[in-house]
Amino acid sequence: MSKQGRFATVIVLFLVAVGLVVWAVAAFLTPGTPGGEMDFTTTASAGQPVNITVQTVGAIGFGAHPTWVSYLVKDPTTGAWVQDTSWKLPANTVVHMTVYQYDSGGPLRNQEWGQVQGTIGGTATVNGQTVSVVDSNSGGGVGHTFAVPALGLAVPLPGVSNPNICGAGPCHQSSPHNTVSFEFKTPGPGTYSWQCFVPCGLGYLFGNGGPMGTQNYMGGVLDVVR
Amino acid sequence: MTISAERPVATSGGATTTTERVSWTQRPGIWSQHLGTAIVGAIVGYLLGHWLGNAIASSYPYVQNSGQNVIAVTLGEIFGVAGWLLGIGALNYPLAKLTGRQPAKEVDVQGWSKYFRYSTNHKTVGLQYVVGVLLFLFTGGLLAMAIRTELLNPTTHYFSADTYIKIVSEHGTVMMMMATSIVVGPLGNYLVPLMIGSRRMAFPRIEAFSFWVFTAGYMVIFSALPLGGFPTGWTGYAPLQTQAGPGMIGYLFGFAVIGMGMMAAGFNMAVTIINYRAPGMTWSRVPILVWSLLATSALLTLATPTLFAAGVFGLLDKTAQTAFYVNEHGGSAYLWQNLFWFFGHPEVYIMALPGFGIVGEILPVFTRKPLFAYKVGAAGMIGVALLSFFVWQHHLYQSGINPDMRPLFMLTTELISIPTGFIYLVGMGTLYKAKIRFEIPMLFALALYFNFLIGGVTGVFLSDVPVNVTVHGGFFVLSHFHYTIMGGLLFAFMGGLYYWLPKMTGRMLNKKIGLWHFWTMFVFFNLTFFPMFIIGLLGQPRRVFTYAKNLQGLNDFSSVSAFLLGFSFLIFAFNMVYSLWINPQKAPANPWDSRGLEWQTANPVPSYNFERIPVVLSDPYRYSEPGAPAVADLGDAGLVHAAPQD
Amino acid sequence: MNETHHLRRMTTIWVILSIAADLLGWFVLGPHMPPGRMTETAYHDQLDFNILLMAALPVLIGVWVYMGYAITVWSAKRAPEPVGGDAARGNRRAQALWISITTVATLGAAAFGTWALVVDHGSGGGEGPNPIWAPGGAAQAETAAFSPNSGWTPGQALPVQVIGQQWKFTYRYPTFGGFETSQLILPDNATIVFNVTSLDVIHSFWAYQLGVKADANPQVNDVAYTETKQLGSFMVRCSELCGIWHGAMYNSGQVVTPSAFQSWAQQTEAANAANTKLLPPFAWTYVPDANGANGGYYPNGKATPYSSVEVYGSKNPAS
Repeated sequence: MSKQGRFATVIVLFLVAVGLVVWAVAAFLTPGTPGGEMDFTTTASAGQPVNITVQTVGAIGFGAHPTWVSYLVKDPTTGAWVQDTSWKLPANTVVHMTVYQYDSGGPLRNQEWGQVQGTIGGTATVNGQTVSVVDSNSGGGVGHTFAVPALGLAVPLPGVSNPNICGAGPCHQSSPHNTVSFEFKTPGPGTYSWQCFVPCGLGYLFGNGGPMGTQNYMGGVLDVVR
Repeated sequence: MTISAERPVATSGGATTTTERVSWTQRPGIWSQHLGTAIVGAIVGYLLGHWLGNAIASSYPYVQNSGQNVIAVTLGEIFGVAGWLLGIGALNYPLAKLTGRQPAKEVDVQGWSKYFRYSTNHKTVGLQYVVGVLLFLFTGGLLAMAIRTELLNPTTHYFSADTYIKIVSEHGTVMMMMATSIVVGPLGNYLVPLMIGSRRMAFPRIEAFSFWVFTAGYMVIFSALPLGGFPTGWTGYAPLQTQAGPGMIGYLFGFAVIGMGMMAAGFNMAVTIINYRAPGMTWSRVPILVWSLLATSALLTLATPTLFAAGVFGLLDKTAQTAFYVNEHGGSAYLWQNLFWFFGHPEVYIMALPGFGIVGEILPVFTRKPLFAYKVGAAGMIGVALLSFFVWQHHLYQSGINPDMRPLFMLTTELISIPTGFIYLVGMGTLYKAKIRFEIPMLFALALYFNFLIGGVTGVFLSDVPVNVTVHGGFFVLSHFHYTIMGGLLFAFMGGLYYWLPKMTGRMLNKKIGLWHFWTMFVFFNLTFFPMFIIGLLGQPRRVFTYAKNLQGLNDFSSVSAFLLGFSFLIFAFNMVYSLWINPQKAPANPWDSRGLEWQTANPVPSYNFERIPVVLSDPYRYSEPGAPAVADLGDAGLVHAAPQD
Repeated sequence: MNETHHLRRMTTIWVILSIAADLLGWFVLGPHMPPGRMTETAYHDQLDFNILLMAALPVLIGVWVYMGYAITVWSAKRAPEPVGGDAARGNRRAQALWISITTVATLGAAAFGTWALVVDHGSGGGEGPNPIWAPGGAAQAETAAFSPNSGWTPGQALPVQVIGQQWKFTYRYPTFGGFETSQLILPDNATIVFNVTSLDVIHSFWAYQLGVKADANPQVNDVAYTETKQLGSFMVRCSELCGIWHGAMYNSGQVVTPSAFQSWAQQTEAANAANTKLLPPFAWTYVPDANGANGGYYPNGKATPYSSVEVYGSKNPAS
């Protein structure tokens, strides 16, 4: 092979290597990046409250891990239930959040998360009743929480005690559920992680592996923009 | 005895005139055992193990609930590695012995295809290792680029939080695995027999086994990414490791597999150095690199079993639900920390000592002086190796474990700076009134002394318990160990490659490109990692994807420098390809005018190294005496005249 | 040029640069060195850092000056002659001197570090469940922790429990009814006894400006001490990798005046009373057991508590 031929071969092999790297990044590293953000900045006029509707399901029923517990969010434009936990929100705006809780619950590992914290008024509405503390040792207990640690926001989502719980998401209103609503105000621009504080990853030590340790299931980020 | 312990009867073109049955592995042509059959074996093994795991465990409650069968993954990985070794032919000899058959004869395959086979020739294994460790290094380096990309901005994320942790963990583990073998594997296997006047390593099959297990470890640790990654960093702390998904198996089993390779390589190296020295190669004439590899081998052999056991316990916790590391069931999370660091700190010196050995070889050649305080240097290496077993709890100062032991571990840790100081005594003494030639290997050697000094001095800060409160677990410690491992070992390894590749390949590396490589690597290494000391002191913990906004400037500076540092490795890669293949320039037999025994053999080195076993007459560092006798008597014919090789 | 000239010249450069660097380090950088002077432990950690820096700078400069000198003065342009004479001999006195100096410096550093560790009551590091270097009042504070209504008055040591969980630190104030909160508020001029534990994996409680770092291990009460000296806010970060949101596991705390602390604690105690009733009684450690999806080592959705000891989320609340 001539010197030029060898040189060209090296260039081609280098490009192949770059291609492999790009493919590896795309295949294994990018899922769950905020590229697929759910945009709530355009759903309300400036200064007006933003509505977010989500549901929690005991088993998502589709995708790579159908048995995993997950949040689903209602697409504000199409109304479809989507598996996406990265939400783009306007800064310094009131967010009105409604959660349909379809999962069962139980005693909390740390009852601290049974207390409503950081919402406007320090309370939440569960099936029409105003609550500030949920006793996780009674009734259906607490199934999940919605918490943004950096904002001091934490809301318990009481568990469903009816045994006919929804088996696979997305669940419909016909299944037994609790409706929890609350309001909070977004801070200045930045990204803020949110998560569930109930160790609900079945089959993992202390319940915090699997869906609890993977974005797009039980945790995500609020991308707050101006 | 099958390989070149005696001079072969006659070889030509890979055929042998002996009547013995030739091993399947060594047959010429495609219908034999090589990389291809190893890959097939690994795939078949993985599928078989995975199927078995599903058959056994798919009904277990925790498997059903999580939807992830770690037992299937574990068995898949174990069977996959077994299939890989079976496919390459590593098990031919032991299986024949076990079944009472006469093992087939193993001869040296000639031609380029030998690099894809189970070769028992130490020079082939050395070059295989060069490619192996560089593959590790470059993949780990790409992950480092991804880390620095994420840290460009404190709040905007390029990767999701879990993906970022997986990248960090994979980078750390891959680099640590690579660094354990980066010198012992390539340079150790190639050079030690030549330096001590032996025709081979003590256990050629174990040598080949160590390389092919090393490659299996590479695949196991990389399988972690498609299996979902692992979130624990390279330290793999339990019980987080017990909580993690199937990617964790790649880490635990990967370290066990790499550990087998480390133990095999270390044991082989130690036995070779102790027993295969040529007549006259007394302990006071042994080259300093060989001393450093002896100390390293002792650590590899004695420390790695702890890691292996720790990894197996972790696998059992994850699959059979034992509770070695789970406090609630009578185990202890401290057990992992103790086992891991009992290995982990000697490991740190596994990644430092060979670098000291390399610069010890390079300095006398380029200063035209004997190595200063040679005996103190050798003693320092042994001293570091011994002390390294008594310092592991300095990683646990803030863990809540026996506080009364802290003064002791502070003392032992700081004592290590005494033997490490010997290495500086050797270096600085050799430079004294020298005549320094600034060839590329010498530049890298000097850079080691510059970088390692910063790494070493910051180590004293870390070892001080009160100061450790602030610097533990932050970017300060991260920068510290990059300065010792990358600034020390990797710079030494690069110097070693520029120095010995002419011997190993018969081709000179281009000096002009080499200068570009050296200066970009040296400058951008320091610009990348020095700011990290400040970042750490200002309160940024390791392995975080968000950080304080006021640290963005420093982080960005570090990131941009890191990208340019990455570019310097592309220059290096280009130099390798350019000088070895695109435009090869034949190397002189002894381009640096070295007295080392390894340079006295023919070029290229014949498969049996020496016409007859040399008789060593003096130490290799007598550069001051113009009429000094030859380092060894190589036989009547002087230099051997080898049959031409490819 | 003879030997003494080289050494004399190097020594002169080294002494001048070292003195300059040390003066700069001590007077310019020193007062700003982390972790600051917010607490007694932070102050000591900073002092120790600066003293090590004073020793480290001359070492760094010494080797750099030597190497720089060697590179500039002793370089050879072409294929050089062998170096002979005295320079080629292994000077025993130089070797002995080097070994002696490094040994003395090393032993000195270890002795100094030990002294600093002891006089500063563990220097803010976690000492585990049985601390051996405790400040005055620490023992009484640990006893008071089991008297839920003992409160706190200036001059007393304050016990605070830090509970690590994936992925947030929460804090219990045992002498104020044992309420739990996400806020960390501390009184000024007080000895603080941190009792650090975890409900799941290992975390590390790092209060940066306080000079406190203690790992949060499940089933372990890791005790660390500090004494607050300045008002202001400080940053808490987790410094042991604990999973996906490790990087987001931070909060800021505050040191406030004793009276402000007392009123905050009393108000929070009252505000959280309903929830405090549901918490388990204060204990040094808690066994993670039941959870929202019900209990178990590997939770399987069935209620199978396996432990009768103190359980966070047990069905036996305090009252």
